[in-house]
Amino acid sequence: MTISADHTARDATSTGEAGAVQHEDALTEAVKKFGITAEDYMLPARYQIQMVDPDGRLKPDAEQGTEPGHEYPLPGDEELLAAYEQLVVGRRVNDQNSALVRQGRMAVYPSSHGQEACQVAAALCLSDGDWMFPTYRDAVAVMTRGVDPVQVMTIFRGDWHGGFDPLKHHVGIQCTPLTTQLLHAVGVAHAAKLRGEDTVVLAMCGDGATSEGDFHEALNFAAVFHLPVIFFVQNNKYAISVPLAHQSVAPSLAHKAVGYGMAGERVDGNDVVALLAVLDRAVKLAREGSGPLLVEANTYRMQAHTNADDDTRYRESAEVAEWRAKDPVNRMRTYLTDRGLLDSAGEARIAEKAEAVAAQLREGLSEDVPVDPQELFRHVFARQTPQLKEQSALLADELARDAAASSQEAAK
Amino acid sequence: MSPTVTTSSEANGNVSAATARAAASAAATAEAAGPQPVTMAKALNTALVDAMSADSSVLVFGEDVGTLGGVFRITDGLTKTFGEQRCFDTPLAESGIVGMAVGMAINGMRPVVEMQFDAFAYPAFEQIVSHVAKMHNRTRGAVKLPMVIRVPYGGGIGGVEHHCDSSESYYAHTAGLKVYTPATVADGYRMLREAIDSDDPVMFMEPKKLYWSKDLVDLSSLRASYEEGTTAGLASEGRAAVARPGTDATLIAYGPSVPTALAAAEAAALEGRSLEVIDVRTLVPFDDVTVCESVRKTGRAVVIAEAHGFASVSSEIVARVQERCFHHLAAPIRRVTGFDIPYPAPKLEKYYLPGVDRILDAVDDLQWED
Repeated sequence: MTISADHTARDATSTGEAGAVQHEDALTEAVKKFGITAEDYMLPARYQIQMVDPDGRLKPDAEQGTEPGHEYPLPGDEELLAAYEQLVVGRRVNDQNSALVRQGRMAVYPSSHGQEACQVAAALCLSDGDWMFPTYRDAVAVMTRGVDPVQVMTIFRGDWHGGFDPLKHHVGIQCTPLTTQLLHAVGVAHAAKLRGEDTVVLAMCGDGATSEGDFHEALNFAAVFHLPVIFFVQNNKYAISVPLAHQSVAPSLAHKAVGYGMAGERVDGNDVVALLAVLDRAVKLAREGSGPLLVEANTYRMQAHTNADDDTRYRESAEVAEWRAKDPVNRMRTYLTDRGLLDSAGEARIAEKAEAVAAQLREGLSEDVPVDPQELFRHVFARQTPQLKEQSALLADELARDAAASSQEAAK
Repeated sequence: MSPTVTTSSEANGNVSAATARAAASAAATAEAAGPQPVTMAKALNTALVDAMSADSSVLVFGEDVGTLGGVFRITDGLTKTFGEQRCFDTPLAESGIVGMAVGMAINGMRPVVEMQFDAFAYPAFEQIVSHVAKMHNRTRGAVKLPMVIRVPYGGGIGGVEHHCDSSESYYAHTAGLKVYTPATVADGYRMLREAIDSDDPVMFMEPKKLYWSKDLVDLSSLRASYEEGTTAGLASEGRAAVARPGTDATLIAYGPSVPTALAAAEAAALEGRSLEVIDVRTLVPFDDVTVCESVRKTGRAVVIAEAHGFASVSSEIVARVQERCFHHLAAPIRRVTGFDIPYPAPKLEKYYLPGVDRILDAVDDLQWED
């Protein structure tokens, strides 16, 4: 569907012929596809999309928040079971990594504990040829996409800034400067579109990041160039200590979409069923040429920003407790068990898999990886400069003299 | 949509089916044979045409670069020749332009983006410093960013505030960026082609006061020699040029200051003093060899730059030459640079810009009496 821009201001009383004609494409397409106006297509549904409630019960169709043009079929059983398995693994990964930080094996780990449903759905909605651009808090999403867990954690282990090949996995290096990666996502999508490829790109950020300038520029570029990018905002309510109310007074973050001429939707970010339904549809629409979409997931950062942060300074434990009751993993377990899709044997198999990943992380991150000081100079440029060659020789000489001195010392 | 764009064969991509030589030959036939008066603007435009013809992954975008052909007309005719998919206008947002170029380069393209003016590039600074400069290193060389950011820079055109900054030092100070700045028409062509063919990101600083200066140049032979030379390696990067040979002192200049240095050398010659002029050409990487060879020969040096002197490329040049040529120096190295003030309003810029007299005064100060 093409929602074309109509920059002619119109008022309610004078729906003049000219304005109507300019808007015709968008209106007719939206009406044709969804039976709704372009405006109703772009605005998020009145309520967030929620399919399974916090107690693990499937909500009646009429209470899922869906509307005409905002309809979401229930994902298939196989997809839901795969998602649950990844939820359990993701939770285990988060807790294992936090433990490794406490043991001094990693400098820092921004945990997505509580946000695993978002992490899992973000990865599972994409096909192999698609791309993902994650943030520093999205390690579980990157692992779910199939990148080796230890390679994912290299960024936090401290021996290099990134541990995997983005081109091989179609996953950007987890980005630390906020929303800068959204523009890279736009560029990847633009290049693919120019070559006539049907790549979809999922670009991730948090609620605080929506205040950044690059958030605006990325959404606008994607909309103007009509690119297949899904902007996936995990609204976890805090930017370190600053609550959402200090970032935005928009009706919701999903409402920002309409300002760019793209469709927005809100979804319960702790309901992996609803997340998959909404993201699967977004991917499908983007691949069909609908242009970009904005999806806001309503979730919660259950732990502090990182181990270096003290969240008791800025939020009440009662609030955290309230969200614990909405846990995405427990909810899905109840739902699948009640539906007869999950039994204790299945649970045991999944737990075993999660333990295997945790063991892999413990082993990989406890290993003392030898670092090569000469690598400092190797990758700065594709074609090295004489200056870096000189500096690299300088360091080599310094290290050689140190080594000679310590071997002399040892000989004494 | 039929794809008219393919992946770069050089970086991050699959083997390309680069075609489309036809458009370039159309442009080439318009060129008269033999050396003709050619402007820097025309040379840069021709370099873009030839690069886009040679490789269909080369894309040009920015503000007003499409229908208008750029406010300085450097991209004139590109949209018409190559279509809106290869040369197009973007929304007015510099961080967006550079950030999108990063993504395109990740996904097999060779974007050449235009920042409309030096000071308008500052919104893109985070993308440039945090990603353009660091992506190759961050990914241990897995991701190359073969992109060019063209920046019209410097003063001398009577421009109002925010249109005359010399911003090269910010980029030269950032590890991971290459910084080119041509001073001649022929270099405008050669160096832009090289920048586009480079697998490293290049800040391409265009001295805007030289856009309309003309040299006698044969564009078709420049094209032929560049295209034959590419297989033998890059020609300009890290290579300074002796713009005028001399024996008594060395003037080290780059970009917009090179013609000023040459004028100063001409004036000095009338007074019986032989000045050698070095055109640095690429600030990063810097050609220590050519510069130091000259200074060791002459024993005296003046560094000339429009930018503020404090913590600048000119200070770096002085430091490097001093470290390498101390025992050959007959006098301390002098600098003639812009004052450490915000770029002045048009009626005051003549007091700010390094001129012939100020350069000759500095030369006079180089302790000629033993």
